[in-house]
Amino acid sequence: MTEVVIAGIGQTEVGEHWEIGLRDLAYAAIHDAIEDAGGLKPQSLFVGNMLAPNLSRQAHVGVLIADYAGLNGIEAVTIEAAGASGGAALRQGYLAIASGFVDVALVVGVEKFTDKVGAAVDEALATASDSDFEAVQGMTPAAQAALLMKRYMHEYEVPADGFSGFALTAHANGVANKNAMFRKAIKAETYAKAEMVSDPLNMFDMAPNADGAAALLLTRRDLLPSSFKNPLVKIAGSGASSDTLALHDRKDTLYFDTAQLSAGRAMKQVGLTLDGIDFFEYHDAFSIYAAIQLEAVGFAIKGKGWKLAADGSIGIKGKIPCATMGGMKARGFPGGAAGVYQAVEAVIQLRGQAEANQIKDAKFGLIQSLGGPASTAVSHILQRLD
Amino acid sequence: MTTPTPQSSPTLLKPIKPVGIVGYGAYVPRFRLPAKEVARVWTGKTSGMPIKEKAVPGLDEDVITMSIEAARNAMMRAQIDPTELRAVWVGSESHPYAVKPTSTLVAEAIGAVPNTQAADWEFACKAGTEALVAALGLVGSGMGHYAMAIGMDTAQGKPGDALEYTAGAGGGAYIVGPAEESLAVINASYSYVTDTPDFWRREYQKYPEHGMRFTGEPAYFKHITEAATHLMEAMGSTAKDYKWAVFHQPNTKFPQRVAGQLGFSAEQIEPGLLVPIIGNTYAGAAMIGLTATLDIAQPGDRILVVSFGSGAGSDAFDITVTDKVTARQSLATKTQEYIKRRTEIDYATYVRFRGKLAMK
Repeated sequence: MTEVVIAGIGQTEVGEHWEIGLRDLAYAAIHDAIEDAGGLKPQSLFVGNMLAPNLSRQAHVGVLIADYAGLNGIEAVTIEAAGASGGAALRQGYLAIASGFVDVALVVGVEKFTDKVGAAVDEALATASDSDFEAVQGMTPAAQAALLMKRYMHEYEVPADGFSGFALTAHANGVANKNAMFRKAIKAETYAKAEMVSDPLNMFDMAPNADGAAALLLTRRDLLPSSFKNPLVKIAGSGASSDTLALHDRKDTLYFDTAQLSAGRAMKQVGLTLDGIDFFEYHDAFSIYAAIQLEAVGFAIKGKGWKLAADGSIGIKGKIPCATMGGMKARGFPGGAAGVYQAVEAVIQLRGQAEANQIKDAKFGLIQSLGGPASTAVSHILQRLD
Repeated sequence: MTTPTPQSSPTLLKPIKPVGIVGYGAYVPRFRLPAKEVARVWTGKTSGMPIKEKAVPGLDEDVITMSIEAARNAMMRAQIDPTELRAVWVGSESHPYAVKPTSTLVAEAIGAVPNTQAADWEFACKAGTEALVAALGLVGSGMGHYAMAIGMDTAQGKPGDALEYTAGAGGGAYIVGPAEESLAVINASYSYVTDTPDFWRREYQKYPEHGMRFTGEPAYFKHITEAATHLMEAMGSTAKDYKWAVFHQPNTKFPQRVAGQLGFSAEQIEPGLLVPIIGNTYAGAAMIGLTATLDIAQPGDRILVVSFGSGAGSDAFDITVTDKVTARQSLATKTQEYIKRRTEIDYATYVRFRGKLAMK
């Protein structure tokens, strides 16, 4: 199978970009990625986006972006898998190069929340759940996460501040990420005093919705331009999995099968065990999801994922660093772009360009993108090539 | 991102004849509704309120009666013949009539009729300062010797909405006249306006709607910082050149933050920051912030005033207090005296006073 390398990365600041539209956000990231790749021209564009048809009244986002970026003529499609759209788009780009059918693929994640405000945004996000059985009852993603968190805390006797470590770690790591939405560390007291969103889930258990775009150029090693100067990173493993759409159809709501299956497939492809993974970019849209992912992937046994956050194991210098550039909580949650941000950040780590957040000698990074309560999970292992 | 200061046309609004404020007056109704009382009814929260309390008009008060109170205070300070007023303009979001002017009633009550202009102004929270800019033009062109501009509101907040905590009542009246008669000279003004739909109330609607977080960065902060920056750049001034500053104040945090962004200290905005204790008085907010500041100002003090009106725009004024201020400060009731005249009410009384209960 063809080796797939990441030739270029680009990202915009994550935040509330009231005055910048979908296409402009995407173009900014594409421009930087192409420049970073020494001017490589893509043949295919895979756009990860979740909410544009709903919040921006814009479908056909693949073509919108290809057209605006001056790439008319290339293949351009949108990939949608709720919050996992970015990860799913990356996998399509990966498959395109690995198959040998495409030489250079452009993967873009873009999300624009701020075309609408308030309940309209919650309503749009709720379309990721089972509309006929969940959203219709008033269920939102935050309410789903709160239900899981309550059950988890009850089953495993987690104290009220048991999840604080996820927010504390994310915010500490966001400080040095110039593209992060929140660049301020928080204290345990701040978490303890935070306003409830949906009991027991408080404001710091939930990532902020934000606008942003990130882009990756994928290619084969032999097509890299001679001017390419960056340390080389490849996609060593890729896996995806799906589960029941509705939470109530799960046999065990406190375990994410897709997280385990997709990560397992990617690791098997690389021939890697957990010990070989230097950092893990989980999908901390909600702190409870991060905890369950740590368990499903295998870093903790069932019911103990939260302890890795509480005891500092997920910190930059910890046993398994997570959310190394701030994660969804501090970098911000740009919906369908989130999975591409994870990949861009992992490349920065593996290139050794993460500055204050650098994980020493990082060689393998696992990134995992979730849609809904892990109804979709897409996992990739990125590897630094020496 | 700041847009460049315009060069193609004169940036500053500066009349041919120098003008200033010859008289000013404030009014705040006596009733107060604590924000915690709103929270008690709607959310159960006991902390994190946007303000401490807001002023509520009594059963027999509206923008007309309140404007007359402020206008009379301004007349007392100006000591002029009311028939010399060539305009009585009232800016508000709460004119009691959709058709029939507030301003004719006010003009009649203070004896300014019939040889005068009279009209009501609407530009959300900057209707009052827009009327003030027009008054600068009328007097500065020589078309009139004096003109009165009022900003006054009895703001509406939908029951349970975030705005209900802050939607207050009050405002200020100004008489603009020749600079040589003024207690404060208005050196120049500058306005910054765009189509930004952050807050609105359509015809026949009882309560306004708002774009939530959209009302912050792209609306309030952008327009105020642009207006202030361009005014100061054209005047060649910096925050340090002003003794005091007044910014539109929809809640306590916004004016504090915008002041910091523009380089002003907490001390500079302190006398004009009334929102924590009277609420957001909408078209009256920047106007009454300035009356409170003029109440304590000394000759020579320079004041920056920047309003904000949703929809959206900001009017910025550069003002220098003259030695005439001292004698006129005590000629009428001061802003803080109105604020100290306080009767606390509960939510139920507030509901009755503001007609929020539909009886059939």
